[in-house]
Amino acid sequence: MTRVLLGLLFVSSLLCVYPSRPLLAQENPYFVTYDHNLEEPGNLEIEYFSTFGTQRSGNDFHAFWMEFEYGVNAWWTTELYLDGQSTFRDSTIFTGIKWENRFRPLKREHLINPVLYVEFEHKSDADKTMKEGEGHDVESDFLTPNSELRKGINNEVELKLILSSNFKGWNFSQNTLAAKNLANSPWEFGYALAASRPLALKASATRCRFCRQNFTVGAEMYGGLGDRYSFGLKNTSHYLAAVGGWNLSNGWTFRLSPGFGLNDDSHKFLLRWGISREISGFDQMIRRMFGGKS
Amino acid sequence: MMPSSLRFFLAVAGLTMLVTAASTRSSAYGASNAVPQWFRSDVYAELGKVPDKDRSRINPLENDPQGVVAGRILFQDHCSECHGDDAKGARKGPSLRASEVQKATPGTLFWILTNGVIRKKMPSWSKLPEPQRWQLVRYVKSLGTD
Repeated sequence: MTRVLLGLLFVSSLLCVYPSRPLLAQENPYFVTYDHNLEEPGNLEIEYFSTFGTQRSGNDFHAFWMEFEYGVNAWWTTELYLDGQSTFRDSTIFTGIKWENRFRPLKREHLINPVLYVEFEHKSDADKTMKEGEGHDVESDFLTPNSELRKGINNEVELKLILSSNFKGWNFSQNTLAAKNLANSPWEFGYALAASRPLALKASATRCRFCRQNFTVGAEMYGGLGDRYSFGLKNTSHYLAAVGGWNLSNGWTFRLSPGFGLNDDSHKFLLRWGISREISGFDQMIRRMFGGKS
Repeated sequence: MMPSSLRFFLAVAGLTMLVTAASTRSSAYGASNAVPQWFRSDVYAELGKVPDKDRSRINPLENDPQGVVAGRILFQDHCSECHGDDAKGARKGPSLRASEVQKATPGTLFWILTNGVIRKKMPSWSKLPEPQRWQLVRYVKSLGTD
């Protein structure tokens, strides 16, 4: 496993220094919520994200994941995730892998735009990335040592309905989630809401890194909604987070998000950050590797 | 040792991404020696499908002195990969200097930018704020025909 991870990290590093043409990534600043904007066809985005979380009556943790996001079509984006975590005074472990697909069913832009999301997860109980709020996930789940948590392996399918609007420079997004452990477990539910806006709507007439239009700020809120047998807010965790993103014209994007738990079942504080690079023309690069013409 | 199910999953996911990446162009243009899609006359047909009320929209930045220059930077960042650095077209996208495009109203081009032509791989650019889409329209209209 370590060799696979090191290999992927090596390839990712090479791709990140690959001199692709100028490109402003124009990414949203969200960590949990999805909007309806898919990856441009043929582009690959390599992303690294971290989450530092506090833990009452236990050890704080640092969870991290890598994403490889590829635009297959203007209506289909596929994404591969590798997840891991370090629990302070415990250990650092690989926690799982996810494969996600997002489909845009409508040809035109509407006031509210739906996107269908299907994900397969192969992960251990030690997963602490908190990429979504679902079911009855609560803070106390993370008190068990990694050596015990990593023994529980889950194969899970996750479905989302993403609804999103771009209106007067704002993006408003709402995600409804249903997840099913393929073992004999009930469907679990969750939600995410978000809004964001660039600091300036017009582009500057000069190329610049610190122009206001390169910065996007907003907020997101997410949490679990119980499961099929106990739907509701009881024994669920919820978070509210400020989000900020900085898009650079060479394809790099930086994101930062301090978040706060909204009830006693939530972690008190989460600090998330991420860095990503969008590589244009990845499809042509691969074709050249296989002997095709560019 | 990696569990066999995880190895299988990794292999399937990795292969799918590679195959889709490798096949993206061939699915758009057919065999490698086929005529690129943008040579076909119907590639500009989408311009004729724009609703009348959108077609007649006026560019609010028509008199913005910096509109064209800002639009050119946006074009380089978001459009040149497919339409070429000089907007004369490339393997992925058609020429924007064609008379069909240059004769189109600003509202028509704005509508195409906003909605994309999803089935023909032109993504929607609604994630760019409206003023930036209008700046792009200013730049495209400033190019003129070949």
